[in-house]
Amino acid sequence: MDFKKEMRILCSWIAHFGDLLLRLLWHLVHVIISLFYFTLGIANALESYLISWGVLKRYRSLHVNKLRYLAIVVESEEAYETSKIIALLQWLADIGVKHVCLYDMEGILKKSKDFILAKVDGAVLYGETHENNKLLDQTHMTLEFASFCDGKEAVAKAANVLFMKYVKSGATDQNQKGHIFTESQMTEALKTIGSGGPEPDLLLVYGPARCHLGFPAWRIRYTEIVHMGPLKSMKYGSLIKAIHKFTRVQQNYGK
Amino acid sequence: MEKDGISKSARLLWKLSCFFRKFIVSTLSVGPIPTHVAFIMDGNRRYAKQRNLKEGEGHNAGYLALKFMVYYCLELGIKHVTAYAFSIDNFKRSPEEVQRIMDLMVEKIEEELSEVDNTYSKMGIRIHFSGNLELLSQPTKDAVKKLMAATAKNSKVLLTICFAYTSTNEIVHAIEQTCQQKLADQMELEEPNSAGKGNHVVVKLADIEKHMYMAVAPDPDIIIRTSGESRLSNFLLWQSANCSLICFSQLWPAISFWHLLWAVLKFQRNYFYFEKKKKQI
Repeated sequence: MDFKKEMRILCSWIAHFGDLLLRLLWHLVHVIISLFYFTLGIANALESYLISWGVLKRYRSLHVNKLRYLAIVVESEEAYETSKIIALLQWLADIGVKHVCLYDMEGILKKSKDFILAKVDGAVLYGETHENNKLLDQTHMTLEFASFCDGKEAVAKAANVLFMKYVKSGATDQNQKGHIFTESQMTEALKTIGSGGPEPDLLLVYGPARCHLGFPAWRIRYTEIVHMGPLKSMKYGSLIKAIHKFTRVQQNYGK
Repeated sequence: MEKDGISKSARLLWKLSCFFRKFIVSTLSVGPIPTHVAFIMDGNRRYAKQRNLKEGEGHNAGYLALKFMVYYCLELGIKHVTAYAFSIDNFKRSPEEVQRIMDLMVEKIEEELSEVDNTYSKMGIRIHFSGNLELLSQPTKDAVKKLMAATAKNSKVLLTICFAYTSTNEIVHAIEQTCQQKLADQMELEEPNSAGKGNHVVVKLADIEKHMYMAVAPDPDIIIRTSGESRLSNFLLWQSANCSLICFSQLWPAISFWHLLWAVLKFQRNYFYFEKKKKQI
């Protein structure tokens, strides 16, 4: 009996030790990964400076006209750093990007849009002048500001618009099995409620992880999503690299 | 004798790799494990081209890769796996290729049902098909329904295969369903036009989400895309607000356990950040 008890104690000790060993190993793996990312960060920073100084020839010619609409997703906590945002927009203006959408989850950038518009040379607000998604203004940089409420909540509002139309049209046959709405009708409904901006070609994410943080779903069907790292360590070279990489992307839209 | 030796060594190697994998899984399980992993299975055709395989062989290899991935997810304790198998936009491809994919699908389903294979059933995997299944041919539709019914009682892992799916179509479909339901509710109350009166909100966000194709599973924690592309291609746009998007340069049939491992490690690195974001919403 005592032997069995001792064996049980021994087994529990072994299990406990094994568990401790696994925990240690897990932490070790994550330390190694952190070191890997740290090294990668240094390499990227170095490459970024080389691009900025024009050392790397392939980044000298940018076909920026391929990038018609750019979206920037900023982590809400970093969105308070308006000076960084303004510097970023200034870089984009220098590169020749004409249409930018700024997004953060909590709408912090939306609140400071007047300040940003005033600080960025010649920037105008994207709005009524750009009906039907036609990006007409080529002389100034047009800025659009979006937040989480322009995503799912906007879809719910648009759904109400469609529902009202559906009820008023009288086509309310309960047995109707066909499709009531089309995707183009949905796009129109989103425009009606003021959330129908164009689809960005490229979305740059400034934050800890590669994630679009609830950017309006309807507008990112075929958008290239690139993680740029935290806003506080943004670099001109990495911006050039991201745009250059985008201009070389081939899309076949399902074909 | 030689043959037997080879099979013995192969068996030993397999057992060793299984043990090693289990050890890695145990180590990984110390940290948080994702609940839902989604895959954008891109690169089957390029894989076939690179290896000079016959047309359609790439998709065959892709199916095998999915099978292995589901098995690895099961080992890791991931409860939900979603695979983007066929987009509505893929109907733009040549009719021959579309037909080949449909035939492959029916063939694999029949294998699963006729117990030639039935790996999924043995592993306790429930298979669910999401998407606009009305767009499929009748034989494909029948096969899909049969497989869903056959695996309905399994509960270890839910494998959702997005077939004839796009996220925008899913949103429109959810709105349609919601509107029809709201209308039916109002007709029961014998006030068919009350919805049109006033400007009060009738359709709520929760109603739409309830009618999504992907309402069967929680929002994904990780979306893995192969073949080096960095776009979502109209996949889970609605559900991926707080989701780690991971790209691998490998083509889908070349994906391995190590890729999944790396994705989970990346998820663990950003786990607390994503949890914080979910709470904000």
